[in-house]
Amino acid sequence: MSGRPLVSIVNVEKHFGSFHALKGVSLDVQAGEVLCIIGASGSGKTTLLRCINQLVHTDSGAIWVDGELTGHRIQGHSLHPLSEAEIARQRLSTGMVFQRFNLFPHMTALENIVEGPVQVQGRPRRECEAEARTLLERVGLAHKADAYPANLSGGQQQRVAIARALAMKPKLMLFDEPTSALDPELVGDVLAVMKELARSGMTMIVVTHELGFAKEVADRVVFMDHGSIVESGSASEVLGNPREARTQAFLSAVLS
Amino acid sequence: MTQPVQARSALPDISGYRLVPERHWGRWAAVALIALLLAGLARAFAVGDIEWTYVGQFLTAPAIMQGLVNTIWMSIAAMALGITLGVGTAVMRMSPNPVLQGVAMGYTWLFRGTPIILQLLLWFNLALVFPKLGWGDYSLRTVDVMTPMLAALLGLGINQGAYTSEVVRAGMLSVDTGQYEAAKSIGMTRLTALRRIVFPQAMRVIIPPLGNEFIGMVKLTSLASVIQFAEILHNAQNIYYANSRVIELLIVAAIWYLVIVSILTPAQMLLERRFSRGAGGSR
Repeated sequence: MSGRPLVSIVNVEKHFGSFHALKGVSLDVQAGEVLCIIGASGSGKTTLLRCINQLVHTDSGAIWVDGELTGHRIQGHSLHPLSEAEIARQRLSTGMVFQRFNLFPHMTALENIVEGPVQVQGRPRRECEAEARTLLERVGLAHKADAYPANLSGGQQQRVAIARALAMKPKLMLFDEPTSALDPELVGDVLAVMKELARSGMTMIVVTHELGFAKEVADRVVFMDHGSIVESGSASEVLGNPREARTQAFLSAVLS
Repeated sequence: MTQPVQARSALPDISGYRLVPERHWGRWAAVALIALLLAGLARAFAVGDIEWTYVGQFLTAPAIMQGLVNTIWMSIAAMALGITLGVGTAVMRMSPNPVLQGVAMGYTWLFRGTPIILQLLLWFNLALVFPKLGWGDYSLRTVDVMTPMLAALLGLGINQGAYTSEVVRAGMLSVDTGQYEAAKSIGMTRLTALRRIVFPQAMRVIIPPLGNEFIGMVKLTSLASVIQFAEILHNAQNIYYANSRVIELLIVAAIWYLVIVSILTPAQMLLERRFSRGAGGSR
């Protein structure tokens, strides 16, 4: 990989009250890379993901996305907080997929996907609907365009949620345990969509418990524990031959 | 070959038996008793000292009709003002800005903390505090501006806003935080997220209590009779001051209140159905 990383996380700290969620985390993600973050619950992996698109604000440190500092404007040698509208604009470069899907229940699948491009980007509805249908086809749900989320299975909802995020044409996709809330037989369809997305060259950061997916798709795997990155490397290194004792303990607990 | 799921047992085969519906003897007894009580009540009023012909005569009298119109439009106008203020206050109360939060809390505290009839009297007597409204050449005598109608609208609407804000806030709180996050993640600002994502979902929770408040408002307008607003009860009273048919005219007013409320109840159901899109498993 060459050139400037798409995401650059530098020494990020985050506390929730007395809980130290992130302890000086630094991480670079190159354009086109698929990065999987693994670790026990409470290790800070979801918090890190949410810091990248500013659903959580960091205490200190810096997160750069596509060369732009998130959350603050640099003026001389001081940092000024961005307005809400500017933060909303910065979020356009990242798409997010949530553990609980979070589709808008009062809108059909198609309306969910069209909502952002029409309301936020102000693009013509017609054009957006055509794109949305293409996206639904891509995630294998062309026939569900007019279904409300309540009438879709968890796996179908999550695939619509991926299409909704892609409709904004993001440079980076964030996945927060996208298959954890799914019945086991529905996980495969969602992972298949994510694999196709990875092959298409999308930059992806995936917080996951699916070690099989990480092994197959990830260019790099990061193991986090107690708010720090413990180990980082290729999937075969981290998952197949971990150097750190804490990684070994986690993997043996997960795989047993 | 697969094993049978169930072994043949010694229990009797009941598949051909007739299903006997449950008899509700208690309910029939209660209906008979209620019918008897209602008949007795109807008879008591029929032979009591009420001239029913007066009720029929005044039911559509011009003054009563004018009062009915005033009651209806004042209910709608005060409720519209109340909802506008209530939504604004709820949004301010839920904002991250502490100044806006404080203003919203102060407003709710002030107008929920004093009786509505006192507020109506204060608005109506505003001229005692401020004889003139406006600046310099652009001022008007307060008594000319603060008519019974305007005093009633301000008193009822601003008071309603304080209550409606809590109803709206409860509705906003009922929407999952994941919805706000999903809205933010596709680049929405807070106000766009509220308008497009949160409020349409909150409506399901807001409408039943708001329908309740609207029905309450129809009856609350009768309080404006104390500041001479010509709503239905005020006009009924004016008639019975002249002809002493007190009970007959109160019954006339009661009939019209019941008619309005009877129309509002199914209207509320239609509105609830409109906002339940996507909820549950309906297609």
